Amino acid sequence: MTAQDLKILQITGTGVPVTGNDIDTDRIIPARYLKEITFSNMGKYPFYDERFGEGGVSKGHPFDDPKYKGASVLLVNQNFGCGSSREHAPQSLMRWGVKAIVGESFAEIFAGNCTMLGIPVMTVTPADAARLQALAKDKPSTKLTMDVEKTRILVEGGETIKAQMPEPKRQALIAGTWDSTGLLLANAAKTAAVAQKLPYVSGF
Amino acid sequence: MAKGTLYNKVWDAHVVDKLPTGQTQLFIGLHLIHEVTSPQAFDMVAEKGLKVAYPHRTFATVDHIVPTQSQARPFADAEAEAMMKAIEKNVANFGVPFFDFKSGNQGVVHIVGPEQGLTQPGMTVACGDSHTSTHGAFGSLAFGIGTTQVRDVLATQCLALDPMKVRRVEVNGKLRPGVYAKDVILYIIQKLGVEGGIGYAYEFAGTTFDGMTMEERMTVCNMAIEGGARIGYVNPDQTTFDYLKGRPYAPAGDKWEKALQYWKSVASDKDARYDDQVVFKAGDIEPIVTWGINPAQSVGVTQSLPSLSGFTGNALQSAELAFKHMDLKPGAPMAGTPINVAFIGSCTNGRLSDLREAAKVAKGKHVAASVRAFVVPGSMKVKAAAEKEGLHEVFKAAGFDWREAGCSMCLAMNPDKLKGPEISASSSNRNFIGRQGSKTGRTLLMSPAMVAAAAIAGKVTDVREVLA
Repeated sequence: MTAQDLKILQITGTGVPVTGNDIDTDRIIPARYLKEITFSNMGKYPFYDERFGEGGVSKGHPFDDPKYKGASVLLVNQNFGCGSSREHAPQSLMRWGVKAIVGESFAEIFAGNCTMLGIPVMTVTPADAARLQALAKDKPSTKLTMDVEKTRILVEGGETIKAQMPEPKRQALIAGTWDSTGLLLANAAKTAAVAQKLPYVSGF
Repeated sequence: MAKGTLYNKVWDAHVVDKLPTGQTQLFIGLHLIHEVTSPQAFDMVAEKGLKVAYPHRTFATVDHIVPTQSQARPFADAEAEAMMKAIEKNVANFGVPFFDFKSGNQGVVHIVGPEQGLTQPGMTVACGDSHTSTHGAFGSLAFGIGTTQVRDVLATQCLALDPMKVRRVEVNGKLRPGVYAKDVILYIIQKLGVEGGIGYAYEFAGTTFDGMTMEERMTVCNMAIEGGARIGYVNPDQTTFDYLKGRPYAPAGDKWEKALQYWKSVASDKDARYDDQVVFKAGDIEPIVTWGINPAQSVGVTQSLPSLSGFTGNALQSAELAFKHMDLKPGAPMAGTPINVAFIGSCTNGRLSDLREAAKVAKGKHVAASVRAFVVPGSMKVKAAAEKEGLHEVFKAAGFDWREAGCSMCLAMNPDKLKGPEISASSSNRNFIGRQGSKTGRTLLMSPAMVAAAAIAGKVTDVREVLA
C-alpha cells in the first residue's frame, strides 16, 4: 500500500459512549487474552469482564447495546487507556469496530499505539465530551464526523466541536505515513551515522 | 521548554532526523523484549520481508507467562508453552541474545537489564512493556512501547516519537524508619494524580533520591508510568557508577574511564530549565497503602479512607466504582483491613533489597492462618543471591511459599491468581480491577515490608509497629 492509500482525513460513524475516568488497559482487555500470539481474535475481547458475567451473560455494556450496533466512534472521558503498553487494547477496540476515539485525555502509550494503527485520537473539553456522550445516548443514530485535517468534530445536523490532537500525529494520519517503518527505513544511512557517534554503541 | 536537562541531552544525541510528519526519528540504544508483546512484531517484520537491523542491540528474556512453581517444560498451560516456543524460534531465527532458563539469567525484563549491566546512563531504552521506565534510574530515557513500535525497533532500531516536557519532581530530606522508596513514589502519585504526568518525563531529584540505592531508584522510576509519566529518571552519580562496575555488559578496562566521561556529561546541568517543578518533603511521607482501583487512590497507613463528599463528576463516579469494587467504606480506617493473600515480587519490588526488608519483618514470625503468602524473586540471579543469604529459609519458616522468578501475580498471566473476591497485600504496581487474575479480586499496593507485616497480622498493619 502507498501512503496515498493510508491517508486518514475524515472518519464518519455513530458514537458509542463508555463513561468514567482512568479506564485502564486491564479493563479494556484482561491480561489472560494476551496469551494469544496473534492479534487476530482480539475483536472478541474488548471490555470483556465489564460486558459479560458468569457463563457469558451480557451485563448490558454499551458495546452490546443494540442501539450502538455498528458504532465506530468511541466516546470516553479522562486518562483513557492508562496502565499497560499492551497494543492488544487498541487492537481489540479496532477489531471490534472502533475507527476513532474522542475523549478528555489519553494515556500517552495508548494514544501512540492508536496512531500506529491509524486510529485518530482527539481530545475535547470535559463539557464537550459529556455532551457528545449524552448525544450518543439520546440519539444514537447521529453521525459524527472526525475531521482529522481540521481537528474538529462535525455533529450531523448540528454543531461543530473544536478538538485537539498533537500536530505530528495529525500529520502522520493525513499524510498516510502513520505506518512508520517505511519512513524510518529510508533513513538507514543516517541511522548508522548516529549510532556510530554514540559512545556506547561504538564501544567507548 | 526544558533546556539543559538529561532528557534534552540524551534525546538530542539520539535524533536521526526530523520526519516529514514533524515527528522525530530517534535511535534506540537498548531494546528489550519478552514473550508477550514480541511474537506479533516478529511476524510483522517477516511479513514485510525485513530482518532485525541491529540484532546485538536487542535482548530477550521470558517473564510474564512463566509459572513460578516449576519452570519445567513443557508448561502445563498450552498457550504459555506456545508463547515460549514462539520467542525461542524468533530469537534463533533473527539472532537475538536470549536470557532463558538455561542461561541462569532469566527474570523480569526490568530486573535482568540492570543486573546484566545492559542498562547504562545516556542510553535510550525501549521495551514492549510500560514499566520500562524502571531503567530511567540509571539516567537513561526509557519508555514502554506497543507491539507495532516493537516492529519498528526490530526493523530499524528507531522510533517515530514526539518530544515530551520535563517536570522536576524534587524530594528532600531523610525518610523516616519504615518508609521506603515504594512509599515515596506512591506519595508522589497520590499528590500529582494518575493523569498528572501525561506529556511529561519526570526527573526525580533532591537529597532523598541522592541518598537512595540503585534498587530504590528503580522502584521509584518503575512507577513513574502509574503517574502518567511515560519516562522517569534520576541523574547518574557515583551510586550509579558503583552499581555498574563489574557487571557482565558494563564497560571494563580502559573503556571504563571513557564511559564515565560520557555518563557524567549527560546529567542535567545545574542551571537546567524545566517545564514544571514540584517539591516535597521526605519527612511528610508515611507508609502508603492504596485502597482503590488506581495507584493514586491511596492513604497513609494511619489515615482513614476518604469520604465521597470530596469528589464530583466523573471523579465521583470513579470513587464510587472503587469503593464498590473494593467493598470498603468511605471514612473507614486503612489499618486493620483484612487480607487473604500476600504477594512479594514484581519489577517494582522483586529485587534483593526488597526481599531483605520483607525478611526482616517476617523473621521469627508466622503468616496468619487466613493468609496464603508467597515470594517471587525478580530473577534467577536475585533468587540465587537471596538463597545464599538464607532469606528463603526465613520466608519458608514464616510460612511463605518460595517461588521461581517471573512477573507472577503482578498481572496474573501465569497460574498465580487471586480467587473470587480475595483481597491481596501486594508489592506490585497496579491495583486495577481484574489485574491479579480474578474479576472480583482486590489489590492493596504497599511496600514489601508492609506486605510482610500484613501477611503476619492477617490485616493491613503499620510496619513501624512491627519494626519498633
